[in-house]
Amino acid sequence: MLKAITCIDLTTLSGDDTAGRVRRLCAKAAHPVRADILAALGVDGITTGAVCVYHEMIEPAVAALTGTGIPVAAVSTGFPAGLSPFHLRLAEIGESVKAGAQEIDIVISRRHVLTGNWQALYDEMKAFRDACGDAHVKAILATGELGSLRNVARASVVCMMAGADFIKTSTGKESVNATLPVTLTMIRAIRDYYDRTGYRVGYKPAGGISKAKDAVTYLTLIKDELGNRWLQPDLFRFGASSLLGDIERQLEHHVTGHYSAAYRHPIG
Amino acid sequence: MTVKDIFETMDYGAAPENAAEAMAWLDANTRKFGLFIDGAMTAPGNGFDSMNPATATTLASVTQATADDVDRAVAAARKAQGKWAALSGHARAKSLYALARLVQKHARLFAVLETLDNGKPIRESRDIDIPLVARHFYYHAGMAQLQDSELPDREALGVCGQIIPWNFPLLMLAWKVAPAIAMGNTVVLKPAEYTPLTALLFAQICTEAGLPKGVVNIVTGDGTVGEAIVNHEDIDKIAFTGSTEVGRIIRRATAGTGKALTLELGGKSPYVVFDDADIDSAVEGLVDAIWFNQGQVCCAGSRLIVQEGIADRFYAKLRSRMAGLRIGDPLDKAIDIGALVDPTQLAAITRMVDAGAHEGEVFRAPCPLPDQGCYYPPTLITGLSPSSILMQEEIFGPVLVATTFRTPAEAVQLANNTRYGLAASVWSENVNLALDVAPKLVAGVVWVNGTNMFDAAAGFGGLRESGFGREGGWEGLAAYTKPRVKAQALKPIAPVAAPKDAKVDTLDRTAKLFIGGKQKRPDGGYSQPVWSPKGALLGHVGIASRKDIRNAVEAAHAAKGWSKTTGHLRAQILYYIAENLTARADEFAHRINEMTGKRNGAREVEASVSRLFSYAAWADKYDGAVKPVPMRGVALAMNEPVGVIGAFCPDDVPLLGLVSLVAPAIAMGNRVIAVASDPYPLAATDFYQVLETSDVPGGVVNILTGPHAGLADPMAGHLDVDAVWSHSGADISTLVERAAAGNLKRTWVNHARGRDWFSPDAEGRSVLAQATEVKTIWVPYGE
Repeated sequence: MLKAITCIDLTTLSGDDTAGRVRRLCAKAAHPVRADILAALGVDGITTGAVCVYHEMIEPAVAALTGTGIPVAAVSTGFPAGLSPFHLRLAEIGESVKAGAQEIDIVISRRHVLTGNWQALYDEMKAFRDACGDAHVKAILATGELGSLRNVARASVVCMMAGADFIKTSTGKESVNATLPVTLTMIRAIRDYYDRTGYRVGYKPAGGISKAKDAVTYLTLIKDELGNRWLQPDLFRFGASSLLGDIERQLEHHVTGHYSAAYRHPIG
Repeated sequence: MTVKDIFETMDYGAAPENAAEAMAWLDANTRKFGLFIDGAMTAPGNGFDSMNPATATTLASVTQATADDVDRAVAAARKAQGKWAALSGHARAKSLYALARLVQKHARLFAVLETLDNGKPIRESRDIDIPLVARHFYYHAGMAQLQDSELPDREALGVCGQIIPWNFPLLMLAWKVAPAIAMGNTVVLKPAEYTPLTALLFAQICTEAGLPKGVVNIVTGDGTVGEAIVNHEDIDKIAFTGSTEVGRIIRRATAGTGKALTLELGGKSPYVVFDDADIDSAVEGLVDAIWFNQGQVCCAGSRLIVQEGIADRFYAKLRSRMAGLRIGDPLDKAIDIGALVDPTQLAAITRMVDAGAHEGEVFRAPCPLPDQGCYYPPTLITGLSPSSILMQEEIFGPVLVATTFRTPAEAVQLANNTRYGLAASVWSENVNLALDVAPKLVAGVVWVNGTNMFDAAAGFGGLRESGFGREGGWEGLAAYTKPRVKAQALKPIAPVAAPKDAKVDTLDRTAKLFIGGKQKRPDGGYSQPVWSPKGALLGHVGIASRKDIRNAVEAAHAAKGWSKTTGHLRAQILYYIAENLTARADEFAHRINEMTGKRNGAREVEASVSRLFSYAAWADKYDGAVKPVPMRGVALAMNEPVGVIGAFCPDDVPLLGLVSLVAPAIAMGNRVIAVASDPYPLAATDFYQVLETSDVPGGVVNILTGPHAGLADPMAGHLDVDAVWSHSGADISTLVERAAAGNLKRTWVNHARGRDWFSPDAEGRSVLAQATEVKTIWVPYGE
């Protein structure tokens, strides 16, 4: 569960986000678990994998995380629908990188997948990849809108070929977000891509993962299908906002032997 | 290990299931068990220990039943049976429902006990075995409820002797007991020597459920107890699941006794992977196919047949998956593979693999094995050919053998190149290919893009030397019921003896055998005269020999296209036969009257025409079914032809008897070798002229003549005949059933009981069931 915390992209993607709200989230990212619990577990230096925000919140996030080593991830390219003008989507990436985002979560054009226009998907992804420069790019497939696992697999492969560092299930805004079947499909595509090319691509399930038990299930799946190498934050992330709270309670249960309450843990 | 260590290594830890409750149950029974007879446990007697194969420790001592014990159990079952069957279906349904509920209430105790006794991973006993047990009792509670309305023409068999194996101890008990008692039978069940404990816990559940005394009796012991059950004179039916070798012994032992028999035996099931398969899923499927229950599964997908172009990549992925398998303490909830059931099994697997492995390339999963207990590493042997012994013989362990194919036709050929026919898997993302191949595989169960899927609603059972009979579904009830037909004593009819004053026509008339659509002289060159009771020589018929049977079987196999024709076409041809028979009705009536010396001929011809119409009607209406199995997908129950059937026709009604056997057989797509009425053969030899004018392809119906007794053994012993029916006036049932043990073909014999062939009972579903095999094809779907 501590491993899960280090793989969380602690996320806020709301219309009412403010600098203050984001600073609070960043503080939580830097100190995700109560110090006494960590001490009892005999570990230190646990932080979340990243903080994930909209473009306008990059600046306060970067400022708040200075010195923590925690990167800021920004959703981009007309998130969540990805239907704004193409040149603006490219420009948005550039702006976000300039503002200090080290990771960019782009959304693909679902219509390219649904119409089987793989060349267009490849070209789009490649353009996004180039616009990101040194920043890591995560390709959000919005799997809940792709219609079939076959499409999920194909889109995964095309995005990896076009240079995605991560492939990610969802924006969190679709009606169906990360699921285990979708995860299995995507990580098997990652495994195959590695077998064939030697490139390791990361995986990020997002949306709907809110229980510690779910997190363990995902980690087990990753371990069994991809191996331990993928159980590191550079290759695996959870996109989640409420997962951390449940993990904190379970960690306290582990330490005390008694079930915990949410209010005993500082909120983010 | 500290939290920090685990955080660094991310290794799995142990997740042991607590065995305290199961141990407490054993202790509460003082770790000594008697037998469950007439509703009560007997005092523990001399016996043997039941061991935990994972730890080589003794769990409890169990009683070795004596012949007297078996007698008492059978007597208790006999005494209880009448009343039990006389209860309403609803009353029996309530008992089965209570059993289902109680299995669920004690689910974890059953699961842990099963794992302790058998060595299978708790993950399997908890998530697969025990839930399927409960499901089986629920399902058959429903069957009891519906029996009165849905099966009014069938009734219980009586007392059933049931012998079950050690690989799925409680599940096999459920498969045997649930349908038997649902239909009003009572049972004497022998669990396997290695794994008797869950059956004994089940005995207690029977008491808790208020099951009447004697309905279920459980006797423990070794093979001698099984033998006592098989040979017991007051048992009506034997159901056996186990090895082909023992199945064959049981077939011989019960031959001619009139005991009904179903056998679920070994297998060497093919696992066919096409190049357009979802390879990752197919690799994962193999884990469930051959490493499920340590490979100790009769229907294990143990023969990998993979398309050549993807074979190397497939093997590489498979080896990498095997490296991740976890083998160890079966009570660990995160273990993939547990312990083999017994050291003898470990030794047998080791011996077999050591003897045959040099023919291929051996890969043993590099997973660490526990220091003690019966463990064998998951093993893959590639590069084998069909002639390799490990490709032919059942290993019954975690050992997968593999070969490659080039085309779909070759895949089918390789898959079917086996003495067995239990199950098969087909992997392809192409629905056309998968659904084309599935019906071509010789197996009782075919899984498309899956493996080892089971459900009470879906029939399970084999072909060839994997046995006969189905368990599960409506088709499974046939194994525990019989038609309510009034049997009569069989009256043997001797051929009419040569008269003192023979009346002989000047023109000689010699009927020949009818083989492959041609009239053939008997190979042996012998004939016999047919006399009328009035002393007229009606003609000669050939005396067929084993060579003629050989030729007829060859011809029948050559006519395999018949099995692929549509029901509509077969119906048309049956109507056409009826039409042509009608045109010659007077001639046939006259012929029958001449031979029998009676005046029943016209009535018999009319009944024969009607029967032909009945089976023409059935040809395209004996529907299969879609089973509501609990998954996203369908399980199709397809009625497939049995294949080549040898049929000894009744003596008393020479035309109607022939038609009553041949018509249902060919209506369902079988090819037949019919042996004509012995005393009155000329109706059958006249009939081949009708066949010749009715567009029946050569080889579909072959007609032999001659004394039945001499042909019973070569016919039933022929290894390329799929079923033998005998309604002969001569009592050849024993001969047929004994010889049938050779390739374990299905038999349908009269056991020296006659029947009224004019009766509507003599046609319809119960006959069609004999002419078909139910193949269950599982098709999970989803994108």
